[in-house]
Amino acid sequence: MADSVGRQVDSINHATEEDEKKQEIIRAKGEGKELTKEEKQRLRKEKKQHKKNKKDDRGPPEKEKEKASVPAPSKPATQSPAHKAPVPVNASASESPVAAEKPAKSKAELRADRRARQDSERASKPGKKEVGQQSTSSKPKATPSELQPVVKRLPEHVQVDDPAALKKLAKKLERQQVPLRSDYGYKVSLFSHLHQYSRKNPPTQQISIPVTAIHPSIVRLGLQYSQGIIAGSNARSVALLHAFKQVIQDYSTPPNEELSRDLVNKLSPYISFLSQCRPLSASMGNAIKYIKKEISNIPNQCKEEEAKRRLQECIDSYINEKIILASQAISKYAIEKISDGDVILVYGCSSLVNHILCEAFEKQRKFRVIVVDSRPRLEGREALRRLVKKGIRCTYVLISALSYILPEVSKVFLGAHALLANGYVMSRVGTSQIALVAKAYNVPVLVCCETYKFCERVQTDSFVSNELDDPDDLIVTRNGKTHLENWQTVKSLGLLNLVYDVTPPDFVDLVITDLGMIPCTSVPVVLRVKNVDQ
Amino acid sequence: MELQAVLMAAGGGSRMMDLTYNTPKPLLPVGNKPLIWYPLNLLERVGFEEVIVITTKEVQKALSTDQRMKTDVKMRLDVVCIQEDADMGTADALRHIQQKIKTDILVVSCDLITDVALHEVVDLFRAHNATLSMLMSKVHEFTETVPGQKGKKKAGEQRDFVGVDVTGKRLLFMANEADLDEGLVLRKSIMRKHPRMLIKTGLLDAHLYCLKRSVVDFLVHNKSVTSIRGELVPYLVRKQFSKSLNSKTATEDTERNQKQQDADHNLELLSTSKDEALVQLARERSCWNDHRGDMSEAYHGGKLRCYVHIMEEGMCYRVNTLAAYIEANRVVPKLFEEPPIHPTAAVSERSLVGSDSIIGPFCQISDKTSIKRSNVGTSSIIKEKVKITNSIIMNGVTIEEGCNIQGSVICNNAVIGRGADMKYCLVGSGQRIEPETERTNEVIVGSDQLMEI
Repeated sequence: MADSVGRQVDSINHATEEDEKKQEIIRAKGEGKELTKEEKQRLRKEKKQHKKNKKDDRGPPEKEKEKASVPAPSKPATQSPAHKAPVPVNASASESPVAAEKPAKSKAELRADRRARQDSERASKPGKKEVGQQSTSSKPKATPSELQPVVKRLPEHVQVDDPAALKKLAKKLERQQVPLRSDYGYKVSLFSHLHQYSRKNPPTQQISIPVTAIHPSIVRLGLQYSQGIIAGSNARSVALLHAFKQVIQDYSTPPNEELSRDLVNKLSPYISFLSQCRPLSASMGNAIKYIKKEISNIPNQCKEEEAKRRLQECIDSYINEKIILASQAISKYAIEKISDGDVILVYGCSSLVNHILCEAFEKQRKFRVIVVDSRPRLEGREALRRLVKKGIRCTYVLISALSYILPEVSKVFLGAHALLANGYVMSRVGTSQIALVAKAYNVPVLVCCETYKFCERVQTDSFVSNELDDPDDLIVTRNGKTHLENWQTVKSLGLLNLVYDVTPPDFVDLVITDLGMIPCTSVPVVLRVKNVDQ
Repeated sequence: MELQAVLMAAGGGSRMMDLTYNTPKPLLPVGNKPLIWYPLNLLERVGFEEVIVITTKEVQKALSTDQRMKTDVKMRLDVVCIQEDADMGTADALRHIQQKIKTDILVVSCDLITDVALHEVVDLFRAHNATLSMLMSKVHEFTETVPGQKGKKKAGEQRDFVGVDVTGKRLLFMANEADLDEGLVLRKSIMRKHPRMLIKTGLLDAHLYCLKRSVVDFLVHNKSVTSIRGELVPYLVRKQFSKSLNSKTATEDTERNQKQQDADHNLELLSTSKDEALVQLARERSCWNDHRGDMSEAYHGGKLRCYVHIMEEGMCYRVNTLAAYIEANRVVPKLFEEPPIHPTAAVSERSLVGSDSIIGPFCQISDKTSIKRSNVGTSSIIKEKVKITNSIIMNGVTIEEGCNIQGSVICNNAVIGRGADMKYCLVGSGQRIEPETERTNEVIVGSDQLMEI
């Protein structure tokens, strides 16, 4: 009887405990984070007590609870009424057992049920406690470090307007002896979370000549990236791997270190430097992941020369498989889609699309090409040169004339910078425009992309993660007059030079990869298969 | 390691013999520091940790004994001595130190005073994988009167013709007026590849070159090249546009051309790197081109590239003539953060030292002297009532009372007698000027320095 009463009191106290906790959480959030440590300690103590109370059904639970609550830190005001609450409850509960003696058997059954319930709760308590609390308290996370991070850490390059992230980056770069490149000019507010560098302030301004902290071939590569001498996803990856080959060649393991761990550490400042010169592309990211994995997989007893040779071979085979052979496979598939009499529209200069068209021309397909180009990069001129040199009949327009020539077009071939996990295509700015207009005219859009550019990121708009190029590129001099010369003096004027945009999968009819021709929505499947392979 | 610095300090200063007959050019004081300090300071500021200095024994001795040099210059100096009378050109000197050279080199001349941002020159060298990258600057007109110059400055000085492309960075053509007989000859192949060329004449070559290692190896094989500026640079600039080795038509040439081709062969082969295939692949896939309007790929497929960085603003002087020396002395004190009057100099209270003058250590300036717009060197003694304007007094000079020195250059250890009046004169090393003399616009040197006819 006393037990049942005790149980009832127990359950009431449970309820009050949870209410208490809710109130505490609410209070903790209201009063700032300085007090949460003590709160956490107390919460932990109380949880322990809670568990103990569940364990010994007999015994004076109220007294223990009061003992636990007595050494609590001074949170007098709201605590005391909560503590006072169980006391009168207890008092009243102790009076009620006299009346509640009658339905003893059902009470026993109830008790058994309750015990079973508490056992199951106790079993799932440690894992679910926080989540449960979270869901019960309908407010966002309360105690920070105890909870699992719900959101993955954002990469640094999309957090430029957060001073804490900037400070962290500055500290990391200082530790790695890599110069920090400062942003330039006024940034349009929608994109103020991205870096914007100027070509007039090269990243080599602050490093010494001759460079000591960074390998010379990496410095050369960074300069070539920042000046645009090496541009285009494939070219950047190949150049990166070439530079890594030279780094590995010149590397020598320090004493008491292992190549597999030390070489990876040596590569980190180089990668930071390259990302300061120009944000890394998705293909470069995948290549770096591959290299790091290969390096860590070198067995310890492998001699240095042998290890270096193995790594060089790995790099060569990666380039061969993922880039050269992949482009040959893609051309084979794509050529099936090109029929005689086709009018093919291409945008900008994609090395893969150019390769496909040149191969198709060699295989005696009869088609003509319309090259669409856009400022400020005007990369289409280079594509035009390569196609015309081969002998293909070409037309050249700017993107503003797109809807004018689209009625003539039978197919659109687009290159991609990366394919995202939700099927969106990230490519040069203007591509989504082309896909949209082509869709409106019912012209099929085919995207050609190697599988090593598939990326696990998910993006539905072009704002969240993009790249801002030098705004001075937009300035043009016509008839000796440069109107935008002093654009910085006009406070309300911002020049925006975006590099990438994302195209939704509804506008893309087919993606041609080295694994075959797949619809846009099958990208996550490919990624999953790739991960399983690795 | 990326670059090794080589400082050429063995030159004789043949265009200012009056100053250099007793003092070697690298040790001439400019702004109270030896001339060689300036390029060394430039290299140190940029981050070099060691320099190979090619010089004569005299200079080496002076460098090792000079206390101030030891404290000012923190880099390690690897001094290589060559015989003074060996008459070695700069390219010969490079051949001499070929064993020490392990990477690409940065060659600097000892008479260069500049505040250029060196990364501009080196970035061109790195980014385009160039064979040669050099520095040039707009020529400043010298405004100061030069002692001993009779009549107007010769206008017919040998000009340099420098041809650059539209971007102003790629070096297409370089010739000196002396080498051209009647007119400027431009090859059609250059015009076909670069239809727009800007030819500039008012440029000063700073003699600062970034050279690839393969060029040094090429020099070893071709012993006929003696001077970098005179022969090697024009050769490299010309070689950019000559037919590549793959052309089949080159097989029927004569013996002489065969030797020439062997030389070319060396340079091209030496400059190809190990992983050429990957570099080629990256360039193919990249959508960049350095020129527009014709069908060729980036750099026209050429392997040799020469670049130049032309300084628009900033200071760049080559101290190889008297006029340049005087101009440099005028401008250089602005570079320093040191106080104009050295703390160890004993400057009397009743003397007047202008704010644009600098006084070297251990000087003694007596009462009632007035020093305006002048540089006074180490351990000089200036007695009372002396008026010095617009002049350069070198080390160890004694100037007796009552002298009036205007616009002059007084070299080391000279003595000017009392009451002398020197206007726009140059007094050579160790000379004595009698008291109460009046000289205007003269060069006073010892009789042993006069040339034999």
